[in-house]
Amino acid sequence: MQTIIEIKNLRKIYKDNKVALDDVNLNIFKGEIIALLGPNGAGKTTLISNICGISSITSGDIKVNGFDVVDNYREARKCIGIVPQELSFEPFEKVINTVNFSRQLFGKKPDEKYIENLLKKLSLWDKKDQIIRSLSGGMKRRVLIAKALSHEPDVLFLDEPTAGVDVELRKDMWNTIKNLQNSGVTIILTTHYIEEAELMANRIAVINNGKILLIDKKDNLIDRMSKKTLIIHTNSKINKIDKALGKFKLRISKDKKNLEYDYSPNKKKTGITTLLNEIKKTGIELIDVQTKQSNLEQIFVEILKND
Amino acid sequence: MINFRSIKAIYIFEMSRTFRTLIQSLVSPILSTVLYFIVFGTAIGNNINFTNEIPYGAFIVPGLVILTISMQSVNNASFGIFFPKFLGTTYEILSAPISYVEIVIGYVGASATKSFCLGLLILMTSTFFVDLDIKFPILMLCMLLLSCVSFSLLGFIIGIVSDNFEQINFVPMIIITPLVFLGGSFYTIDVLPDFWQTITLFNPIFYLVSGFRYSFFGTGEVNIIISIFSISLFILLCIIIIWRIFKTGYKIKT
Ligand SMILES: Nc1ncnc2c1ncn2[C@@H]1O[C@H](COP(=O)(O)OP(=O)(O)OP(=O)(O)O)[C@@H](O)[C@H]1O
Ligand SMILES: [Mg+2]
Repeated sequence: MQTIIEIKNLRKIYKDNKVALDDVNLNIFKGEIIALLGPNGAGKTTLISNICGISSITSGDIKVNGFDVVDNYREARKCIGIVPQELSFEPFEKVINTVNFSRQLFGKKPDEKYIENLLKKLSLWDKKDQIIRSLSGGMKRRVLIAKALSHEPDVLFLDEPTAGVDVELRKDMWNTIKNLQNSGVTIILTTHYIEEAELMANRIAVINNGKILLIDKKDNLIDRMSKKTLIIHTNSKINKIDKALGKFKLRISKDKKNLEYDYSPNKKKTGITTLLNEIKKTGIELIDVQTKQSNLEQIFVEILKND
Repeated sequence: MINFRSIKAIYIFEMSRTFRTLIQSLVSPILSTVLYFIVFGTAIGNNINFTNEIPYGAFIVPGLVILTISMQSVNNASFGIFFPKFLGTTYEILSAPISYVEIVIGYVGASATKSFCLGLLILMTSTFFVDLDIKFPILMLCMLLLSCVSFSLLGFIIGIVSDNFEQINFVPMIIITPLVFLGGSFYTIDVLPDFWQTITLFNPIFYLVSGFRYSFFGTGEVNIIISIFSISLFILLCIIIIWRIFKTGYKIKT
């Protein structure tokens, strides 16, 4: 896979000595949707601001399409569109004017056809002559997306695109984002919502306290999520697992009373019957069995707790 | 390589903001000019005579122009950059592939253009009240342009440094208006006591008014070269401050 953004040892310390990013390393691949998932104050917006030149980098390197964002900012920034977390716009400007402005600000020739298509795709065409202030919140966010896409960027940053948006519009937004990906744009979105990350992203990065705690393909995470654990309660203290049970990769619980077995419920053979038979042979007496399922939410909470 | 398209985008966007409020932005400065002419030029002016050749009404024209365009330039430029800061739209300017020089040219250029046009308009208005016979028209236009640029640069700095609307209004009210009034806009400094004459020599606007007046009448209180030199110095100073601001990201980048 081709890397489009390369972040190395990025640190950001704000003027008040607040460490917002602490040694972040991250590669973003061309054409993917990557979700930055993390609680308030995790450093998501700071990360985006550092990549886009809105906030200055304390140390480390960022390359976009191979161009350093500081030394070669012109080339790097041409590839980037950004939709900020806050709805910020010129209230009395017409939609069409502000979108045309953005395109030219990024050094592109005016292109009425492209802008028309863009606005149509975002259902903004019939609102093009309205002033932005008169639009609803969801429509305002679309205007910001149109501005960000006006110069045909390769990479789009969406900082909480669905914050404060109702269910209907959220689904709409998700569709829009998927369509953008299909048209070849690499998308980095931040979110607090796990389902959103799950639904939209190819990869998910969990970020907290300025550190990336985990980054993985969504499918791997879901695999992890769909794992179940069988907890076998016994009435004796277990110090060592019997050799005969070695192939099951069992774990002993902290109180030494339970055995834990991970399995995938989707598989035809879960191995539970054989395991229980083998346990019976070893003479261990069972009191109870119980199953436990972890989901992304739990993984997430677990990760944050351990941090 | 200069990115002209981006500069043009900022410039036109700023100019179109003016056109939305064209009437307001012209009426108030022109009205106050007319008032100055009625009060100073006609009512009081007939009893004043600083220079034997020049009627007082004509004498105050350069000062009046400077008074208006200095205020307007500072206002235009400071609001031009403060508004995006206030609205949060600077994210777009900062993330665009443009250098700070281009940002400054766009904003300051638009601001200076507006006040330059206003300056010309005031000159035209004044011809209704006095006979103006401009001795060095090209020099006059150059001086006018330099003044617009220098005050716009100053306004740009004020807009960036200010955190709220009060601060934006503060500097023009507290510093520029007094400097213009005390800079010989309405009198020649030889009517002042010695002490105040010396103080006036530290007022940059004194040199500006004097140079501007020279382009009208061929006489000024200081040599025209010194005037041009001091304006250039002032512009240079503003440019250095702006360069520092962008270099350190002060008040624009977090
Ligand atoms: N301009 C600033 N000056 C000082 N500290 C800042 C500044 N901006 C952000 N911070 C701090 O840096 C940390 C990361 O903030 P950031 O906005 O990147 O978080 P976030 O992950 O985007 O949060 P949210 O989900 O609430 O948007 C926070 O502790 C925040 O208080
Ligand atoms: Mg944020």
